[in-house]
Amino acid sequence: MSKINTLEDLNKAAKRGLESIIPSKTKVMVGMATSGIASGAQEVYNALAEEIKKRKLDIILSKTGAMGMDCIEPLVDVLQPNKPRLAYSKVTAKKVPEIIDQIVKGAVNGNKPAYRMDEEEFICLNENKPYLKGPVPKDLEGIPKIGDVSFYKKQMKLATRNCGMINYESIDEYIAKGGYFSLLKALTKMQPDEIIDEVIASGLRGRGGGGFQAGIKWQTCRRAHGDIKYVICNGDEGDPGAYMDRSVMEGDPHSVIEGMIIGAYAIGSSQGFIYVRNEYPLAVANLQRALDQAREYGLLGKNILNTGFDFDLKIGKGAGAFVCGESTALMTSLEGKAGEPRAKYIHTVEHGLWDRPSNLNNVETWANVPAIISRGAKWFSSIGCKNNSGTKVFCLVGKINNIGMVEVPMGIPLKEIIYEIGGGIPGGKKYKAVQTGGPSGGCLPDSLIDISVDFDSLWDAGSMMGSGGMIVMDETTCMVDIARYFIDFLEFESCGKCVPCREGVYRMNEILNDICDGKGKAGDVELLESMSQGIVDGALCALGSTAANPVLSTLKYFRDEYVAHVRDKKCPAGVCKALIRFSVSDEKCTGCGVCLKKCPTECISGEKKKTHVIDQTKCIKCGVCKESCKFDAIIVE
Amino acid sequence: MKAKAGNVDIDISKEFTPEQLKKLDEIIAKNKDKAGALIPVLEQAQGVLEFLPMPILKIIASGLNLPLSRVYGVVTFYSFFTMTPRGKHTMRVCLGTACYVRGGKAINDIIKKELKVEEGETTPDRLFTLETVRCVGACGLGPVIFVGENVHGRLKPAKVKDVISQYN
Ligand SMILES: Cc1cc2nc3c(=O)[nH]c(=O)nc-3n(C[C@H](O)[C@H](O)[C@H](O)COP(=O)(O)O)c2cc1C
Ligand code: SF4
Ligand code: SF4
Ligand code: SF4
Ligand code: FES
Repeated sequence: MSKINTLEDLNKAAKRGLESIIPSKTKVMVGMATSGIASGAQEVYNALAEEIKKRKLDIILSKTGAMGMDCIEPLVDVLQPNKPRLAYSKVTAKKVPEIIDQIVKGAVNGNKPAYRMDEEEFICLNENKPYLKGPVPKDLEGIPKIGDVSFYKKQMKLATRNCGMINYESIDEYIAKGGYFSLLKALTKMQPDEIIDEVIASGLRGRGGGGFQAGIKWQTCRRAHGDIKYVICNGDEGDPGAYMDRSVMEGDPHSVIEGMIIGAYAIGSSQGFIYVRNEYPLAVANLQRALDQAREYGLLGKNILNTGFDFDLKIGKGAGAFVCGESTALMTSLEGKAGEPRAKYIHTVEHGLWDRPSNLNNVETWANVPAIISRGAKWFSSIGCKNNSGTKVFCLVGKINNIGMVEVPMGIPLKEIIYEIGGGIPGGKKYKAVQTGGPSGGCLPDSLIDISVDFDSLWDAGSMMGSGGMIVMDETTCMVDIARYFIDFLEFESCGKCVPCREGVYRMNEILNDICDGKGKAGDVELLESMSQGIVDGALCALGSTAANPVLSTLKYFRDEYVAHVRDKKCPAGVCKALIRFSVSDEKCTGCGVCLKKCPTECISGEKKKTHVIDQTKCIKCGVCKESCKFDAIIVE
Repeated sequence: MKAKAGNVDIDISKEFTPEQLKKLDEIIAKNKDKAGALIPVLEQAQGVLEFLPMPILKIIASGLNLPLSRVYGVVTFYSFFTMTPRGKHTMRVCLGTACYVRGGKAINDIIKKELKVEEGETTPDRLFTLETVRCVGACGLGPVIFVGENVHGRLKPAKVKDVISQYN
């Protein structure tokens, strides 16, 4: 491939890309992000390849990232000339021949697609390109349009604009979507200060948790003294149960890279780093390929786009430490040391990596930048709500019907995310709360179901936006246990540098464990509260100073559950093992013996057709008997 | 951070092949004078050797001209690095928040009971190493466990025994 030097060169690449996005022959795409692969997409891909070869068909087989709806993966999209794009859900290798049959015959029968797309959105170019010229064929009219599927209806995809749409291995497809045109615009038509002004005017706030104005950070770093400056991308994604950054790095790596090159030019940096956690091998591989492609095209390295601007990017890998997501710890880790944070009064924008001015932003923050440069600050700030422009990507998980990654305009009511996009709580259970902000955040109870989801409203409610984890809990989730879960996580992840966090979180974990074990004492709850304050005041970094949030917010909204544990020695949700007891109902037990066979500790006995009994001294309260009894005869109390 | 117990008296000539040790030397030589090389070196070394006992840390420390305390400090700081040998299959139980609220802890308890090991330990027959992880990116399938590269999703407590018996 030759280097791209001019607008003409870029247009040529875009033309090639468009021919592969909407080709003149049949294309089949498999959603091959980590979530897809975990559900079996690799086997589906292999089966498709084999079937296509066996039948000697002229079909393009390609890979794409995650569309977001994890619960219906593996997802296979079929695009035939002059037809809508059809998405088949929950595909298995066994179903592949049938899908190929349908492609060959050009008819949909039997295996019905989950939804169809009639056109493709090109966000950065502000246009939609139809897949078909005429009306939708009669036999496909009955398949719902993607915009009518409740999971997608209220979503708006900016940061994840290309995820699940383009082949993540193709730079040309990215360019066809308007990619790298923003970079060309920035380098040839804008002064660094103009870019910074544009980002400030857009109101873009950091998506990594804190919500700091990205443009202001860039400006401070640009003004900092030093010949060498760094731009860094935070892809550590430590929040356990969240994977939006991974999805972007896997599904659309160039959007992050382009954002970073634009940022580097604005700040005056010639070297950048993308810090990715080690547990994300596919993200690393896709980023690495994308970096190589960008270098080949002359979009990275010396004399980018023939403008004289030099910049290059390297990947740095984390090695499994949550605290390394914190800005100062991340930079120490990049230097090859144990990633311990340092005091915040030394600003990393002035003294960061190797003591040089360094600008750190989150993956999603960077991915928004090309869209802002191409469509303008005014457009971006028109999305979302006051002081919270744009969208936010969330991972909607836990006790919710539609599990997946969603991107919504800021300011959307929580209710719409839970009940419309998420489709409500499974099994007819009652909604209890949602935890946002991961281990640093808090929970939002039913009384706050109408809250506007934005940085400021969540903060005021005692939670926070965080990086985008959204864990839904129902009546069978114990809030004390959840608080204990996060504190336990933070105790393990505390780097141990400062006493309030090292000892304080440890002690809080002990108290919470006691409460869950039925050993809670009067005064424990008050002790937790006063310790929380001490840690907030004394901790060196935000891991410690926000550690108490899950405890404080569950105490604020679910104090009665703590009281039940401590005073009545009861776990209302039936979760804390020391406070519950499994027994067999004399009335319902048929004596079938299934539970007896399944119990891992062999503590159930009984004769055939007689009520069985559980030996309480040996029962580990695993729930296997309850799950396997067909007669609902196991009582938990 | 939890301390990692590493066997100090391990005989590396018995535990590793000459080829493995040669590769280690090559990794060290390639990264000798690079800034920030320690973590990549440890990562590659673990890729070749599977675990990093104390004698190996000594070789890396002297090879990169770093104090052993620095190398040991980094290895024990990051949970990715392990100083003890591993079983044939690594069983990773997801305890990310999504899996946790969907019953991941009960799964973990049963596995511990069945394998008779604690987290981070290897069964005496070196068949399984048990680990817990935080989100493996399959939240839609929660609760999940990985055995090597295989995913077992929507796992129920009653199914755990069957899953374990698939591996030998
Ligand atoms: C303990 C801790 C963990 C963090 N983990 C992450 C993370 O995984 N990803 C992230 O982007 N930011 C994380 N942050 C926030 C970063 O310190 C930093 O504010 C952010 O990356 C800046 O980017 P932004 O302004 O674009 O959000 C973490 C902060 C703390 C205190
Ligand atoms: S608050 Fe915790 S994680 Fe942060 S520096 Fe102190 S001990 Fe380390
Ligand atoms: S499985 Fe249910 S019905 Fe059968 S013996 Fe056990 S408790 Fe009784
Ligand atoms: S809860 Fe588990 S250990 Fe107790 S009786 Fe039921 S199956 Fe056996
Ligand atoms: S929390 Fe288990 S896969 Fe995400």
